[in-house]
Amino acid sequence: MADAAATRAARPPVLRGRHDRDEITGRIGSIVLRGRLPRLFWPAFFVAFLFVLLFFFSIAWLISVGVGAYGINIPVAWGTMISNFVWWIGIGHAGTLISAVLLLLRQPWRASINRFAEAMTLFAVAMAGLFPILHLGRPWFFYWLLPLPNTHMHWPQWRSPLVWDFTAIATYATVSLLFWYMGLIPDLAILRDRARTRAGQLFYGILALGWRGSAFHWARFDRTYYLLAALATPLVVSVHSIVSLDFTFALIPGYHSTIFPPYFVAGALYSGFAMVLTIAIPLRRAFAVEDLITARHLDNAARVMIVAGMVVAYGYLSEAFFAWYSGDTYEQTTMWRRAFGPYAPLFWVMLACNVGVLQALWLRRVRFSPLALWIAAVLINLGMWLERYVIVVSGLANDFLPSSWGTQSLAWLDYGIFLGSLGTFFALVFLFIRILPAITIFEVEELADEKAGRA
Amino acid sequence: MSATVDDRTPAAPPRSAFARGPWRSLDELAGSEELRRFVETEFPAFHRRLAAGVDRRTLLKLMGASLALGGLAACTPAQEIVPYVRQPENVVPGRPLFYATALRSGAYGIGAVVESHEGRPTKVEGNPDHPSSLGATDAVMQAAVLELFDPERSRTPLKAGEPASWAAFLDHAHALRDELERTRGRGAAILLDPVASPTLERQLVALRAAWPLLRLYRHDPLAATGLAEATQAAFGRALAPLPRLDRADAIVSLDADFLAEGPGRLAHARVFADRRRVRGPRDGMSRLYAAESTPTLTGAAADHRLALRPSRVGALAAELAAAVETLTAVGRPEAGEGWIAAAAADLVAAGPAGLVLAGDHQPARVHRAALAINARLGALGRSLALIEPSDALAADGGLDALVAAIGVGEVTTLLVLGANPLHTAPADLDVAAAFGRLRELVHHGAYVDETGRRAHWHIPAAHELESWSDVRGHDGTASIVQPLIAPLHQGRTAHEVLAALAGDVTPDALALVRATWRDALDDPAWGEALRAGVVKGTAAAPVDIPAASVPSVGDGAPAPGEGEDIDIRFVPDPWLRDGRHANSALLQELPRPLTKLVWGNAVLVSPALAARLRAEPGQMLEIALDGRTIEAPVWIAPGHPDGTVTLTLGHGRAEAGAVARMAAGYDAFRLRGSAAPWIATGARLALREPVQRVLTTQHHQSMEGRDIVRHASLAGFREKPDFAHGSPPAPDDTLYPRWDYPHEAWGMVIDQTACIGCMACVSACQAENNIPTVGPDECERGREMHWLRVDRYYEGPPDAPDTHFQPVPCMHCEQAPCEVVCPVNATVHTHDGLNAQVYNRCIGTRYCSQNCPYKVRRFNFVEHQDFDAPGLEAAANNPNVSVRSRGVMEKCTYCVQRISAARIAAQIANREIADGEVVTACQQSCPARAITFGNLNDPASRVAAEKAAPHNYALLEELNTRPRTTYLARIVNPVGDDGKTEEGGHG
Repeated sequence: MADAAATRAARPPVLRGRHDRDEITGRIGSIVLRGRLPRLFWPAFFVAFLFVLLFFFSIAWLISVGVGAYGINIPVAWGTMISNFVWWIGIGHAGTLISAVLLLLRQPWRASINRFAEAMTLFAVAMAGLFPILHLGRPWFFYWLLPLPNTHMHWPQWRSPLVWDFTAIATYATVSLLFWYMGLIPDLAILRDRARTRAGQLFYGILALGWRGSAFHWARFDRTYYLLAALATPLVVSVHSIVSLDFTFALIPGYHSTIFPPYFVAGALYSGFAMVLTIAIPLRRAFAVEDLITARHLDNAARVMIVAGMVVAYGYLSEAFFAWYSGDTYEQTTMWRRAFGPYAPLFWVMLACNVGVLQALWLRRVRFSPLALWIAAVLINLGMWLERYVIVVSGLANDFLPSSWGTQSLAWLDYGIFLGSLGTFFALVFLFIRILPAITIFEVEELADEKAGRA
Repeated sequence: MSATVDDRTPAAPPRSAFARGPWRSLDELAGSEELRRFVETEFPAFHRRLAAGVDRRTLLKLMGASLALGGLAACTPAQEIVPYVRQPENVVPGRPLFYATALRSGAYGIGAVVESHEGRPTKVEGNPDHPSSLGATDAVMQAAVLELFDPERSRTPLKAGEPASWAAFLDHAHALRDELERTRGRGAAILLDPVASPTLERQLVALRAAWPLLRLYRHDPLAATGLAEATQAAFGRALAPLPRLDRADAIVSLDADFLAEGPGRLAHARVFADRRRVRGPRDGMSRLYAAESTPTLTGAAADHRLALRPSRVGALAAELAAAVETLTAVGRPEAGEGWIAAAAADLVAAGPAGLVLAGDHQPARVHRAALAINARLGALGRSLALIEPSDALAADGGLDALVAAIGVGEVTTLLVLGANPLHTAPADLDVAAAFGRLRELVHHGAYVDETGRRAHWHIPAAHELESWSDVRGHDGTASIVQPLIAPLHQGRTAHEVLAALAGDVTPDALALVRATWRDALDDPAWGEALRAGVVKGTAAAPVDIPAASVPSVGDGAPAPGEGEDIDIRFVPDPWLRDGRHANSALLQELPRPLTKLVWGNAVLVSPALAARLRAEPGQMLEIALDGRTIEAPVWIAPGHPDGTVTLTLGHGRAEAGAVARMAAGYDAFRLRGSAAPWIATGARLALREPVQRVLTTQHHQSMEGRDIVRHASLAGFREKPDFAHGSPPAPDDTLYPRWDYPHEAWGMVIDQTACIGCMACVSACQAENNIPTVGPDECERGREMHWLRVDRYYEGPPDAPDTHFQPVPCMHCEQAPCEVVCPVNATVHTHDGLNAQVYNRCIGTRYCSQNCPYKVRRFNFVEHQDFDAPGLEAAANNPNVSVRSRGVMEKCTYCVQRISAARIAAQIANREIADGEVVTACQQSCPARAITFGNLNDPASRVAAEKAAPHNYALLEELNTRPRTTYLARIVNPVGDDGKTEEGGHG
């Protein structure tokens, strides 16, 4: 008991130092209301914006030339658009987990990171949602996946996982948006009250939906917020499980595997937390909010990554084991050629990033070194992208009839669209930081009050 | 022509021409210089007549016509369009018509039936009545329609490279004629791409009779003279072989690729396959021994294959002859060890049902040995007939003789008919320099090719589908070549060019051809010959050769070359031939049967030689022969004889058009010598550093131990007829309700024993279904569009593997993995069991292709067919098959358009669709009849019978897709009576 207590005592606090309401509101609110931004904010945004332009150019190119501008072919007819999609949707998962699951579990450390994690989720889902459309041979007909009554009697084919996928993502995006906006309302009201310009007052006033902070408001807010959290929680599991069904439902070796749903969910959390760290570490430094987003947050995120990462590693192991144990020659060949075939370099880099780098997080020193943690997080993000790409292409490259075996290579458009989507994502994050409070004001205030015993 | 004529006086002469003032009579006018000039410019062919002096009557006719035309020219051309009020006889819009004709293949013709939609040829089928076709086509014939619509075909006569008119050429030809009349043909020569056309022969004979000094040279770069020399020596006349494979039990090929080369290949493939169609334990098979110097389809089909250097074939033939001699002497022998002993034993056991064939390119002594063995077996006149060759037009020699004649100034004027010697000449003949010395070079060809560019006059050749002509098949049967369409450009047939040279003012190919057959065919018989596509009773009678007159083989086999010297075996490209089809995208992109190379050629080497050279595929190899060198990329061909390289002719053409320019490839003619055009010895190899891209459509050659092409020996099959069925049996569970087929349930069976891998089916599928070609860059990315592919697998040691072919169309699975994953219902099951692709619904998720274990779906990654672009190419499209835009998936439909046509016909007649009424394009083209298609619901159908064969199996049946396309396991017939000895290699 004593040891446990000592360990707990040794952990850094969720909130460092003593804070009062005005100070917190002032510090967070002034970023938005007065544009109190770090010097490099706009240059950084400009760089991101260049990538937004690249994204637009790439999409225009894609639509005018066709998906032939990617590196895909027959047999490997899926490529980076699918791996981008799975990767982005995975990144979204951390936000939902932090905001919904940790809320239900009453984890106080979520308070200062949940807002931008949710925003990250939303932007990631927005990016993810684009990729299945950019993947289509005729992207302008994407709405044929919707069960819309129409004159050409076109109806989705409900046995197809792509339709489930479409539904799952649409649900997820909707709930994420609602949840994020719901949590924003009290903060929007604070900003409305503190805005000095008419435009600011109107903008935040309209968005605040008439929030007055009365006890009734707070009671209803809490009820709705927890209800939405309860709704969002199963989505953490369902979305990525359904995404994984795109693969498991197919009979292609390397796709057709029952381990995929849990393994994909764990992978999503893994990459999601890696992305939270990728953003949070520079953010807390740039805005000097190390006392609000403390080492405790980074430590906790790293611990979640260890758990999720180890599940992912178990997934790799079990895939390899069952390929061998099944006695299925197709599975065995696919597994073998994944490790020693044409995509072997990607596979080993992926293992090094996702399993190798992860082991460093067991070290307390790494978890408490923001720089080391950030490098690990970036590498793990890279590894998780490679994992998705390896899964998408390596099974197809070596399936049943060896006569059809073949590989795809990447064309410039594959890079253009992916880098463009990264740029767009970060540009959206920059705009979000400028326009909305990136750290939840009222929850941090609540935390500070609790800490000060004022609640 | 002038437009200044007064409208009210149309009979008045054009003023510009006759602006001399008043004239009193037509005679006065006719004598005028202006008229002379006028007629010369407008009707050059006539002005010489005029100059030669015309009678008053003719002059009046000409004048009347000229004046009337002068008046007409003043009128504004009417712009009204004429509605299709009166339907031309037999033309029903939307219903195709079929015309019998023949397409050239080398010097000979193969009968064809061409589908025509409203006067537009769209598809070539074989003519079942033609002995060289028997209803089948080859891959090259399928490309004929696309070649017809090739926008880069030569369109207009060229005089010194500048566009000129046919009329101007006629004028020139008549000038030439006048000169040759005077000199009796001195200094003039014709270089002919030989073709067995009776009309051409008649014209040339007539020309030479008229002008005895006219010379005639033949240049066929793909011809070989071995057999002709051998028979000339033995019997005093050149003879051509007519193997009767249906009568042969034991066949030995001495480097003879009789299944893929030669004018009779389609017929050979048919009867060869017929003798090997095993459906039950009681059925027998012929046995094929193939010794070959480069991997061929015949070797792949052989029961015993032996790879050896081309220079060793002569020695092998002599040894085989000796072995046969010995065995015949001692009576019925036991089979010994080794290829020769086994082959000799089988031949002797078969007696008159034995057959030895020697490769065309082999020297005369190999043919002599083959003839001697056949004679010894009593096979002459039984399994091997000899006939008079059909293209035996006497000539003054070949290209070498021509070059020599030009060199000594004996030939100053040359008419090149069809040939392209500046590309196809042997490298040691300086044809370019010789042609440079010519006073006049006239070239007649389909393209402004290497020769056409150098010519003083180039005359565009009409395409075969635009021409009247005639041509003989491999057995001498004549066919009338009739046009499917009027010439699209200003193309003329060779007959017209020769007639023009002979002084004909208005040459007419139909009249010329009809004149040839005037005596043999009266009008009804002519009509019948056109309808049937063959002229009855024109097959050559076998020449009776007493076996005793065949000389026995001497000891003339020289010691074979060994050591570091490399033999070179030249082979024509299977599709481009000598390069004449180089501008056909369909053929450039059609994978070569064994190498699966597209858009270029490579040097084929054995795996052992590649290992010795440390050569990677694609690495450049410098090949030196007699002081000439070329560089070409290496390609490793399993089963290739060691110490030999195979060079493919027909590639690397400089002036063949935009399509040919896209292709990579080297020109093997630059290395080929005239003395030994097919087999060269003493070559040197040197590996170079750079690597060139070599494109193939199949990257992996092994079956990886999977049950893909199942096969057994005949003995093994007899022991266990259902050997092809896997254990445990395939699952048959499904969560979904089973389909119900009240009417037809289509299905297909592919016989892998019969399939020789010739690729005719792939080509036919592409032509029938408007399948686009994608070009080399897209092929490199793995985006070729063939709905049907022929997979080629090697099994066994790399230096002597078994080669298996497996045509893979859509399987039309009963439980199709593609159907359940399409989110928009674009791939659906039809009421008659097809797995249909609805292009308009497809949004291009490509999930169906992902989930297809057979990977038969093809995706339009980019816009391959621009529907709006003006151009001729679209005219070749089959109007019954939609063209697909970018972003949609496509695949084999079992030729659903043909099923629909048959269904409509059956429903109008109020009957069921009869068995055999629906023939898929691949099935129709197959020379070996390896593909059977029909209604599985009809137990009497042929396809149902095939499905009932004990060795029928489904590909990847363990996946429970339950394919409708199934395969008959491959059965080979190697020596070995118990079947067990062969299990290791073939089981």
